[in-house]
Amino acid sequence: MKCHEVENELIAYLDRRTNSADRKELEEHLATCSPCRLRAEGFRKVWNVLDEVPSIEPSLGFDARLRQRVAAEPRARWTGWFVPQPRLALSMALLIALSVWIGSRPPATPLENEMGAKQQFEMIKDLPVLENYDELTKFDALSELGPAAATQPSTEQDRPANPDGGGQ
Amino acid sequence: MTRTDVQLMLDVKAGDEASFDLLLRKYRLPLVNFLFRMVRDAATAEDLAQEVFLRVYRARKQYSPSAKFTTWLFRIATNLALNSVRDNRHRRADVSIDVTMEEDEAPRELPAREMRIDEHMIERDRSEFIRRAVAALPEKQRVAVLLHKYEEMDYGEIAKVLACSESALKSLLFRAYETLRVQLAPLVAQPVAPRSGEGRPV
Repeated sequence: MKCHEVENELIAYLDRRTNSADRKELEEHLATCSPCRLRAEGFRKVWNVLDEVPSIEPSLGFDARLRQRVAAEPRARWTGWFVPQPRLALSMALLIALSVWIGSRPPATPLENEMGAKQQFEMIKDLPVLENYDELTKFDALSELGPAAATQPSTEQDRPANPDGGGQ
Repeated sequence: MTRTDVQLMLDVKAGDEASFDLLLRKYRLPLVNFLFRMVRDAATAEDLAQEVFLRVYRARKQYSPSAKFTTWLFRIATNLALNSVRDNRHRRADVSIDVTMEEDEAPRELPAREMRIDEHMIERDRSEFIRRAVAALPEKQRVAVLLHKYEEMDYGEIAKVLACSESALKSLLFRAYETLRVQLAPLVAQPVAPRSGEGRPV
């Protein structure tokens, strides 16, 4: 063992808390190293000197004062048993508040249903026309009205100058 | 059957105030002395000890026996003491630069009956010399020495109080005792006879 290694073992050795192998190794070192031996003896003497310092006693009113302060502490409430952790209690409260808020919102589905019904009604109303668009445009009754009626121009520009087909 | 500290604390948690009283009676003396050696003022040490017990009581509902009760107790005490020492140091710097630490911090103790007045003065001077030497150690070294020498805690427990490894603790203790060996050399060279009684503060 080297002198610098004594630093980690000396206190435990003096406390008699080293294992037998470490103790033997340290004792061999102390037997041959006078600075370390002097240090070990010095530590023992320091411990004896530290024992000279007298203890003090707490004042007579110490316990009474403490009991008074303890008595002034807020007592645990009966509700405490089911709210063991403040964080848990807060989380639960927030969850309940969120549920209540969501539950208290006006239901969106009836309005949406109403709007949907109107749109569906419009669509269903025009559905036969839309489905039979091609047939309607080629409907015989309409073709009897003549090509002009059948193909009614939609604008003034497309309209012929003489609807009867004759010129002047 | 004697209940362990952990069991007592669990009983306090369950609402048994008498168990708190038992812990108070058991640790009042070592706690007050530890704090006195840290802050070197008996009244402050008592106030801090009260605060430690009060914090233990307040934390009873959250207590879980993950460590020894004494580790927890002295960790609270150490934190409070170090805060007090730091605050006091700042206050001294603010309030007065004329009052020296030596004048203000000398503790008062009653002499043992068997001692003559000159013997008492010598002993008081020696005690004060020792206290100052310990108080002059760096904070962690001071706590380590007090818990090791006076509370006789094992290394693992002191390491937990100081939040360091056991190896670091042994190194701390070695350096602390090496400093004290030098500082207290005059007293070591002139040992006194063991006293037959212990003093107490007035």
